[in-house]
This record gives sequence, structure tokens and C-alpha cells, in this order.
Amino acid sequence: MGYLVVAYLVFWGITFFYILYLARRQRALEERMARLRARLNPELQEEHDEPR
Amino acid sequence: MRSWERIWIGTTIALMALAALAVFVYAPREARMGDVQRIFYFHISTAWTGFLAFAVALIGSIAYLRTRAVRWDQLSHAAVEIGLVLLTMAIITGSLWARPVWNTWWTWDPRLTTTTITWVVYLAYLLLRNAVENPETRARFAAVYAIVAFVTVPITYLSARLLRTIHPIVLGPSVSAEAQGQFGLTPRMVHTMVLSLIAWTLLFSVLLWMRYRVQRAQEALEEIEEAMEA
Repeated sequence: MGYLVVAYLVFWGITFFYILYLARRQRALEERMARLRARLNPELQEEHDEPR
Repeated sequence: MRSWERIWIGTTIALMALAALAVFVYAPREARMGDVQRIFYFHISTAWTGFLAFAVALIGSIAYLRTRAVRWDQLSHAAVEIGLVLLTMAIITGSLWARPVWNTWWTWDPRLTTTTITWVVYLAYLLLRNAVENPETRARFAAVYAIVAFVTVPITYLSARLLRTIHPIVLGPSVSAEAQGQFGLTPRMVHTMVLSLIAWTLLFSVLLWMRYRVQRAQEALEEIEEAMEA
């Protein structure tokens, strides 16, 4: 039973960490994109940063 | 996130949960190996989707060489990375299954050896990509490499069917008298296996889509940043 539990922890664990890794990369890209937008059009960025 | 993406991801999560439930509740306990045989359902599914990923990389690479459209290279890159993750799972869980059934964590059996070769060959694909700076050269080299690398996939599949091996063949007749851990599939086992294969294939498609989008966004950003700095 121990091997079975470890095996399924491997399946779920690796899947979970891979999805987490993709989500982090996605977030990092979004931050880069926001910085790029700010460089291209600072006025737009200020509008974007204003509280709604 | 668009509505069709929500449906796609939601269906995948539901099917994965259902497959896990089937593995632990619906599928019967195998008579000789006991509960450890339940590793089989996700082990075979990750191996299958890993090879499917390499087939996608093959198709993407051929398409890239024909069209030179960068999206095909991005798709191949994403597919290889996911294929490696899935094959890693299959190798680790295979070893966990082997310990109680074969009384060893690892043996240089033809199936295990060819799977390891496949894993190393595709790992080298990612290393090769990192080693080439020019994007066009990198994409061309990677495409040729992925096409040649795919040879390892049918060799791995056939290794347990053509060579003397202790690795069991559950689907189809085994040619090796040395096979250990062989078992017959009952209808409930077949249902669970099919459900697991569908769930993992769907999960693979979601991961591929996510990874492909990250790749596209990253390359587009790099291009813009380079243009701005120039």
C-alpha cells in the first residue's frame, strides 16, 4: 500500500508543481508586459494604476 | 479566461477526479499483486501521453520545416517539455511498481533501457535549444533533432514486444516468458484504464495549450524588447 500511495503522490505532486511553474512563468510575463506598456505609454500606465 | 477554456479545464479536472476514484474504488484488487497493481492505470496513461507529446513534437517539427512558421517550433518545444514531465512520472512510478513485484527498484531490462534512452534524448533536445542563440538556427536544428529523436518512441514501444524482457505487456500477447507482473484485464479494469487514458490525454492537451501560450508570449515579448533596445 505504501508504494501505491507514494506513486500517486508522485503523479499529483509533479502535475501540481508543473502547473505552478507554468502559472509563475505566466505571471512573470504579465509583469514584463506591464513594464513594457509603461515604457511605451506612461500616461496609459498612470490611468491604469489609478484606483477604481 | 474564455468560456470554452473554462469548460475544457473543468472537464479535465472532473475526469481526472473520476479516474482517480475509479482507480481506488471501482477497479478490483488484482489477485497476485494486490493494491500496488493500481499504479498501472496512471503509469500507462502518463507513458502514453508522454509518447503522444513526442508525436506532437514530431508533427510540429515537420510542419516547421515545411512552413518555417515559428508557431510550429513553439508547439514542438512545449510538447517536448511536457512529454519529459510525463515520461519522468512514468519512470518513477514504474520503479515504485517494480520494487514489490520484481524485488528491485531498477533493472537494465530492454523496456526500461529504451525508455531511459528516450528520456535522455529528449532532455538533450531542451539542452540543444538552450545552446543555440540564433532563433532561426535554433528552430531548424531543434526540428531536425525532434524528427530524428522520435525513432526512440517506436523502439521503446516495440522493445517489450520483440525482445526478452521482464516488463509485462498488458495490452496484447506477451512474447517473453520472463515477463513478471503480467495480469489479465477484467472489464472493470478496462473501464478504469480507458477512463485514465482519456483523462490524462485531456490533461496533456490543457498543459500543452498553457505551455504553448507561455512560449508564444515570451518570444513575442523578447522580440519587442530587442526591437526597442536596437
